[in-house]
Amino acid sequence: MVELALPRNSKIQEGKIWPKPEGATNLREYRIYRWSPDDDQNPHMDTYFVDMDDCGPMVLDALLYIKNKIDPTLTLRRSCREGICGSCAMNIDGANTLACTKGADEIKGPVKVYPLPHMEVIKDLVPDLTNFYAQHASIQPWLQTVSPEPAKEWLQSHEDRQKLDGLYECILCACCSTSCPSYWWNGDRYLGPAVLLQAYRWLIDSRDEATGERLDNLEDPFRLYRCHTIMNCTQTCPKGLNPAKAIAEIKKMMVERRV
Amino acid sequence: MRDMTTPLKKVLGYGSAHEGTDHFWKQRVSAIANVPLTLFFVGLVVALNGASYEETRAALANPFVGLLLGLTLFAVLYHMRLGMQSIIEDYLHNEGVKLLALMLNTFFTILIGASALYALIKLTLGA
Repeated sequence: MVELALPRNSKIQEGKIWPKPEGATNLREYRIYRWSPDDDQNPHMDTYFVDMDDCGPMVLDALLYIKNKIDPTLTLRRSCREGICGSCAMNIDGANTLACTKGADEIKGPVKVYPLPHMEVIKDLVPDLTNFYAQHASIQPWLQTVSPEPAKEWLQSHEDRQKLDGLYECILCACCSTSCPSYWWNGDRYLGPAVLLQAYRWLIDSRDEATGERLDNLEDPFRLYRCHTIMNCTQTCPKGLNPAKAIAEIKKMMVERRV
Repeated sequence: MRDMTTPLKKVLGYGSAHEGTDHFWKQRVSAIANVPLTLFFVGLVVALNGASYEETRAALANPFVGLLLGLTLFAVLYHMRLGMQSIIEDYLHNEGVKLLALMLNTFFTILIGASALYALIKLTLGA
């Protein structure tokens, strides 16, 4: 649903300014979105100071510094700390990205950190991705075949395998989908760039035999055609992928099979 | 009451509508048609700038000009309706309001098209 202003209970207020670490000379200011379901308070922006001489270079390092040394209640998802799990996707300095691969030195002034935009917040920087994962499941992201199974494996030429480059690298961090205004307004029915990129990944897999059914399932004004080539997805993808192009290719397949 | 519907059930909804490509394709085709047609239209308006009523009527009475104007009307209004439909689907989420807006979109386009066509015919053929 289009919401031009935040609902009253979501309006962000000024939060606590936490004390600076003692004896630190190389300080970096972090402003972080905080919200807890356990009290009746509105979300607020807390200010922290990170000792950069005692902390790694990435934003995730600073968030963990804060959690370990200043405020253990700060809640965030993280796992691999090297840009392959997609857990620490959040909005940093106004753009969705992975905290673990975003260097604090790329940002001027205080580092502002919010959860992924327009998602329900579970706590602090943790968004509810239930719908996003269900959408991924809905495109049946696995190999589907009718031909009798070969004795060993489904073969694929080098050329056909290369068509999956730029698609298989997607880690489903949801940075692209939650940067897309169409997904903000129609996220319940529009599948969004991440899931459509995954759909395309199976559409062009030379081994998959369900191409027609897959296209049938995407042939929908909302599931596919809410994409208006805004391109925020491609702009923000922390893995440098191009979901907008994948969606355009799906639309091309849709037209090709009827003309 | 607790919502026990599974997330997948919500996403699947009533299933795919099995349409959308038609709208997408027609929007592209009408967009391409609009390129020469609107250039022609702007050129015509510039050429007739300051012309009297009789001169304008004489220009429109040329079958070539009249026909192209008619086609411009059709292509532009058709494209307008398709585009407006997209905007309505993007931004209106109340099902009742959305249905009403989609209907009014069609009615409005037909009304504008019919009156413009009537005026054009009157100008080109009328005594």
